Formats: sequence, C-alpha cells, structure tokens
Amino acid sequence: MNKEEILDHLPYSKPFLFVDTIEEIDENGVTGSYTFDKDLDFYKGHFKDAPVTPGVILTETMAQVGLVCLGIYLSGNVEGGLPGHVMLTSTAIDFMKPVYPGEKVSVIAEKIYFRFKKLHCNVQMLNEAGEVVCKGTVSGMVTNKMNG
Amino acid sequence: MNREEIIARLKPIIKVYVDDKSSLDHLDESTDFIKDLKINSANLVDIVLDVEEEFAIEIDNTAMEKMLSVGASIAVIEQKLADK
Repeated sequence: MNKEEILDHLPYSKPFLFVDTIEEIDENGVTGSYTFDKDLDFYKGHFKDAPVTPGVILTETMAQVGLVCLGIYLSGNVEGGLPGHVMLTSTAIDFMKPVYPGEKVSVIAEKIYFRFKKLHCNVQMLNEAGEVVCKGTVSGMVTNKMNG
Repeated sequence: MNREEIIARLKPIIKVYVDDKSSLDHLDESTDFIKDLKINSANLVDIVLDVEEEFAIEIDNTAMEKMLSVGASIAVIEQKLADK
C-alpha cells in the first residue's frame, strides 16, 4: 500500500483525524505529521482561556500515526491480507512539553514487534523546533472489525 | 519436563498480566485466561511471546489460537518441546 491508500483507509474524519501526511513508512516504522487546527473544539475548555492540547489527544495522535497507519500498512502487505483496523490496547506515555493551538508535530514510530495481530511500537512526538514533546509505547490489535 | 513443572514455569509469566492475584491461587489446567483470569487478547499475545522465550520454542499462529487455557497451553508447549 502506498501512503495515499493508507490515509484513505483511515477510519477517522474531522474533528478526530490527527494525521495530515505520512512522510515515510516501511516494515519497521512510520513518520507522520499533523498540524493542530487552532479552532479545534477542545481548546475552548482545555483550559479555560489558556488553550493547550490535551495529553489524551497527543496520545491519540501518536496512536493514529504509529499504530493505525503502520497497522494498516503491515496488515495490507501480508500476502492475501486485507488492510485491517487497529484497536488500541495499551499506552505508556511521558509528556515533556506543551503543544499549543496551531503547532505542527511529527510522530516517529518504530515497530518493536508485530505478532499474532498485536502491534507494539515505540513512539515519540517532536515539535517544529525538533524537541521531544512526548514519548512512550503504544500497542493495539489489528482486526477486521470496527468494534472489537 | 512434566505438566507440573510446566505449570510452575507458566505461573510467574501469567502473574504479570493478572490484576486479581487471588485468582491465581487455584490455578489449574482448566483455568481459562480470558474468563477466569480476565486477561485481554493483547496480553494473551504477550503471554505467548513470554512462553516462547521461557521454553525456547517457536509458536505459530495455529498453535497460538489454541492457547486459551492453562491446559491447552501446556499441550502446545509439550508438543513444541517434543518437536525440537
């Protein structure tokens, strides 16, 4: 699958799509980026009068790039395989820096293993200055169903 | 290696993924990972990967799908050890 086909296969749309582009993808990992639209609804409440991107949204962004894009690529590339969906099963993330409305971030994910349909990855997010914003591990099960 | 020895080596692997440690007190061959120990499918994969390392065996997809209980896992481990 090429990058465009993977993006087309993502099961998200606005306001919950957190991948703009895939820069690189292969068997071992993926790099993608996303710019946080300053008008995203959650900025109105997180926090009142002081908008900062919620950690759960940063986690979601890393999962959409690092697990879902890579999971679609890996499952679609198996012989006779159909590109699947990915259910998030666990995360362990450390947060280092805030991400403000309008910032562009890059997510770099490295596959630790993909076995028995479980994809386990190291992920990190960088801001435009190249500083690590957050990093950790994410895992998910690649499935053909949307609701587990 | 007999079945008791396999269980003794399986128990510490399983323990890592179980929240309610008291459910391990009566662990036997009939114990079901999902129903009795409340382990999810993602952690089931981790158990299988740990089993591969502990017993120095390789488990294929077909065998993995059978490993839903302690007894079924022992059967797979015995088979793979015999095939070595």
